[in-house]
Amino acid sequence: MSARDDILARVREAVSDAPEVAEPPRDYRRAPELAGEDLLAQFVERVEDYRATVTRCTEAEVPRELERLLDGVLRVVVPDGFPWSVPGGEPDNAKSAAELNDVDAVVTTSSVGIAETGTVVLSHGPGQGRRALSLVPDLHVCVIHADQVVAGVNEAVGMLDPLQPQTWISGPSATSDIELSRVEGVHGPRTLHVLLVE
Amino acid sequence: MSATFVGMPAFPEAARRALENTQQRHNLAHATGTIRDKRAAVVAEVDDWEALRLAGAAIKDQTLRHLDDHLVALEAALQERGATVHWARDAEEACRIVADVARAHDVDEVVKVKSMATQEIGLNEALEAEGISAWETDLAELIVQLGDDLPSHILVPAIHRNRSEIREIFRSAMGEVGRPAPDPLSDDPADLAGAARLHLREKFLRARMAVSGANFAVAETGTLVVVESEGNGRMCLTLPEVLVSVVGIEKVVPTWQDLEVFLQLLPRSSTGERMNPYTSTWTGAVPGDGPQEVHVVLLDNGRTRALADEMGRQALRCIRCSACLNVCPVYERTGGHAYGSVYPGPIGAILNPLLKGTGVDEQTDSLPYASSLCGACFEACPVRIDIPSVLVELRGQVVDAHRGGVPKPEAVAMRGAGWVLSSSARTARSERAAAFAGRLLNRLPGGRRQGDRRVLGSIPMPGAGSAWSQARDVPVPATESFRDWWSRTDGGEDES
Amino acid sequence: MDTQEAAGVRVGLMITCINDAMFPDTGKSVVRLLRRLGVEVEFPPAQTCCGQPMVNTGYFDEAVPMVRNFVDAFAGYDYVVTPSGSCTGSARHQHQIVARRSGDPGLVRAVEEVAPRVVELSEFLVDVLGVVDVGAYFPHQVTYHPTCHSLRMLGVGDRPTRLLGAVRGLRLVELPAAEQCCGFGGTFAVKNADTSVAMGSDKARHVLDTGAEVLVAGDNSCLMHIGGILSRQRSGIRVMHLADVLASTEGDAGQTGDAGPAKTEEMLP
Repeated sequence: MSARDDILARVREAVSDAPEVAEPPRDYRRAPELAGEDLLAQFVERVEDYRATVTRCTEAEVPRELERLLDGVLRVVVPDGFPWSVPGGEPDNAKSAAELNDVDAVVTTSSVGIAETGTVVLSHGPGQGRRALSLVPDLHVCVIHADQVVAGVNEAVGMLDPLQPQTWISGPSATSDIELSRVEGVHGPRTLHVLLVE
Repeated sequence: MSATFVGMPAFPEAARRALENTQQRHNLAHATGTIRDKRAAVVAEVDDWEALRLAGAAIKDQTLRHLDDHLVALEAALQERGATVHWARDAEEACRIVADVARAHDVDEVVKVKSMATQEIGLNEALEAEGISAWETDLAELIVQLGDDLPSHILVPAIHRNRSEIREIFRSAMGEVGRPAPDPLSDDPADLAGAARLHLREKFLRARMAVSGANFAVAETGTLVVVESEGNGRMCLTLPEVLVSVVGIEKVVPTWQDLEVFLQLLPRSSTGERMNPYTSTWTGAVPGDGPQEVHVVLLDNGRTRALADEMGRQALRCIRCSACLNVCPVYERTGGHAYGSVYPGPIGAILNPLLKGTGVDEQTDSLPYASSLCGACFEACPVRIDIPSVLVELRGQVVDAHRGGVPKPEAVAMRGAGWVLSSSARTARSERAAAFAGRLLNRLPGGRRQGDRRVLGSIPMPGAGSAWSQARDVPVPATESFRDWWSRTDGGEDES
Repeated sequence: MDTQEAAGVRVGLMITCINDAMFPDTGKSVVRLLRRLGVEVEFPPAQTCCGQPMVNTGYFDEAVPMVRNFVDAFAGYDYVVTPSGSCTGSARHQHQIVARRSGDPGLVRAVEEVAPRVVELSEFLVDVLGVVDVGAYFPHQVTYHPTCHSLRMLGVGDRPTRLLGAVRGLRLVELPAAEQCCGFGGTFAVKNADTSVAMGSDKARHVLDTGAEVLVAGDNSCLMHIGGILSRQRSGIRVMHLADVLASTEGDAGQTGDAGPAKTEEMLP
C-alpha cells in the first residue's frame, strides 16, 4: 500500500465512529464599526504602532512625497506597472538576489490595507513586483489608496485572490526572540514608509 | 550540532534539575510574564474573541471529521498548480523524501524556516547524516542551533536564554559555520539581531533549496500559509530555486475564507500582537516569482493515532500559538526542556502521548501528570482545546496500560483508598484511627503548634508523606472527625 | 430565594473527605453560617469522598464505587452544598465521565440527577440565598486566593470577594498574581513535589507581599499546601477557609484554629 493510501485509510478508520460536527458558527463577522476618517485614522495609528511611518497626501503630491522619502537613497528598484515615475529608479529586470542585495530601496503599490491590524497586503501584481523586490532592499515605500483600506481581517480575506501569492506586512521586520524584547529589523526591510493617498 | 531529546528522564526528575537552574528560572519568569501581559492586552481589544474561538474550534473539528476528503482536495489543488505532493507515514519517510529532493539537486546545504513539524521528525539530524547542512534562520532557532542546545518553547525556542548568554553563543559559534559575529558585539538585542542579519544574509543569497513547514494549508485552493515576524521565512520562501514544505495533515483548513478566523486568533495568541509582521501565502509554483520547483510533504507521524482518540483528537486543532505555555505555572518554572520534546508545556503534555501512544515509555507516560490541572491553558487556548480534560483522560490511559502486571505502590494505595472511601463505615473507622493518632501527637511535648494543634515537619519515611513534607508542614489529623462530631452533638444542636 | 423560602428546601452538606478528617471546624462553620441564615442543613452520613483523587490520577475504575456511593448519599436533596470548589467541580464535571465508563446506565442517570444540584458555598450564598452580607464580623487584614477549580471550572467569579467585602471589620487586600495556581493539584503535590513546592513558594511570597495576616480561600486542600509552606517558613500568616471567616461573629474571639475543641482531648482512651 502506498503511503498516501495508507494514511488516508488510517484517517478514515480513526474518524469512522466520530460524531458529525455542526457547521462552524460565523457570528464573529460583525459589521465594520469604523468608516471614513475614523477608519483611516485607525489605520494610521495602528501602522505607526509598529514603528512604521505613515504619510497622508493627495494623488498630486505622490511624486513629491516619493522624492522626499527616497532622499539620499542611492539605488531604488521600481516594479513594472508602478504608476508614478521615480527619478533614478531602476526596473526589476529579473535581478538576482545578490543584485537586489546591492539595492537600497523599493517602491510598491499594494492591494489592501487593514485598519484594525495596521496591515498592508501585497498580492504582487503590476506595481507591486515579485516577492523578492519588497524583501531584500532595506527600505520599503508602500503606496496605498484610501479606498483600499478596509476595517478588519474578514473584509481583507474576502477581497484577496488566493491564487496570487501574497505578503501581509504589518510594520517592518521584527523579532522578540531575545528576552521578548521587540527589535525592529532582522531580515526584511528595516524601514517601512506607508504613503496613504486620498 | 545534533542535540536531541532522546534519553531524557521522566518529567519529575527533569523538572527537579530544571528548577535548580536559577538563571533559567529568572529568564522564564520575565519572558512569560511579558508575553502574558501583551497577549491579554490585544485579546481584550477584540469584542468577538469568544465567537472567534468557537469558530476556530468548530472549523478544525469539522475539517478533522472529514480529513480524508480535505487531504485529497488539497493534493489535487496543489498538483494543478504545479506542486509535487508526497505523503509520509512517519519521520523516517518524511526525512527520506526531503533528502532525496536535496540530492536530486546536488545541494549540500538548505536554509530552513522555523517549523515544528521538521523539528518533530528530526530533519536536521537526518540531513546531517546525509552530508547536508540545514541552517536554521529564525533568530531563536539560530541561537539554539549555534549553542548546540535544544528548543524550550514553541514560539521562542531560546526563551531560556538571556542576552548575555546569546552574545557568548554568537561570539564563539558563528565563525565556525559562516560569517563571524562582528567584533566588538554588545549584548543589546538590536546588536545581536544585527549580527544574525549579517550572518544569515550570506546563507540566504547562496542557498538553492529551502525547507519550511506551514501554518495552514487551504484544501480548496492548495494555498500554503507561513506566519512569521523576522522575514527569514520570506527569504527562504522566495529566494531559493527549490522549496520543500513539510506539513502535518492536521494543518488543513477547507477554504480560503476560513483563514480570516485563524489570522485573527493566531497572532494575538502567539506573539501578543494584532498582526505578525509578515504572513506569506503561495499556491504551488508561481511563474516568475519565487521557487519554480515546489514540493509538499503531507506528514502523519502519529497524527492518525491522535485522531482516533475520542477525547484526544481535539489536540489536533492546535495552531502552535504557544499561549498555553506562557500561561502555564508549571512551564514557567520548569521551562521546556523538562518535557523532553519539541512540544513542551500543556499542549506537549497531551500531544506527545497522543502521537506516540501511552504505556510505551516512562518519559511519555509522565507527561500527562506534569500539570496541576489549574485550567489556565484551556482558558487561553484560541481553539478551545480542553487540555485539562485530555490530561485526565490520558492519565487514565497510562494507568490502564499498566493494569495486569505487578501493581505499582501508587496503584496499591489507590485501590486501598478506593476500598476505604467507598464505604462510610470503613471511612469512619479509618478517620477514628487518624484522630487517635492526632490526639497522641498533640500530647507529645515540644514540637510546633498552630493554635492548640500540632504541626508536623519533615516526615522521614519514603512515599507521599515524605514528598509532601520536604518543604511543607502538615497539621496532624483532627482529634475528632466532622462525622463523629455531628453524631456526638446531633449536628451541633447538643454542643455542650 | 430569600431565607424564608430557604427553610423549605432540603440542603445536604457535602463535607468532603479532607475536611471530615483534617478540617472539621470548616464543616462546623458551614453549619453555623447556614443556620444563622435560616437554612436547615442535613449531613448524610453515608457520604465519603467524591473520588477526585482517583479520577485525577487516572484511576477511573477505582472511582466508580465512590461515585455510586456519592449519588446514593445525596439523592433527593434540592441542593448539595460543599465548602470546596474543587470537589464541586469533581461532582459537576467528572462524575459523568466515571459513570459513562462504568457502563451502568442507572449510574449515568443518577449522576445526571445529582451532579447539577451540587453547589459551592459562595454560589449557594450568593445565587441561591441571594445574600452577600452574611452578618459576619472579622476584624483582620485578609487576602484572598481564588483557587483554580472555583475560578475556572466553576466560574465563581467575584462571589467570594463580594462576600468578604461585606464582612464587618475585614480589610481585604489584593493578592498579586492571584489567578496563578498555588501548585497543590491533588496528587500533583506529591508526584511532582519539586514543581509543586516551587509554585507554592511563589504563592506564599505573594501572600507575604500583601502584608495580610490571614490568607483566605475556598478550598482547604490548597490552603493546606500554601499554609504548609507559610508555616515551614515561620511566616506568621494564618490560612483560613472562607466558611470560617463568614461564620465569625462578634461573639467569637476571632481566632478560629483548626484543632478540635480542647475538651475532645479528654476523650483519649
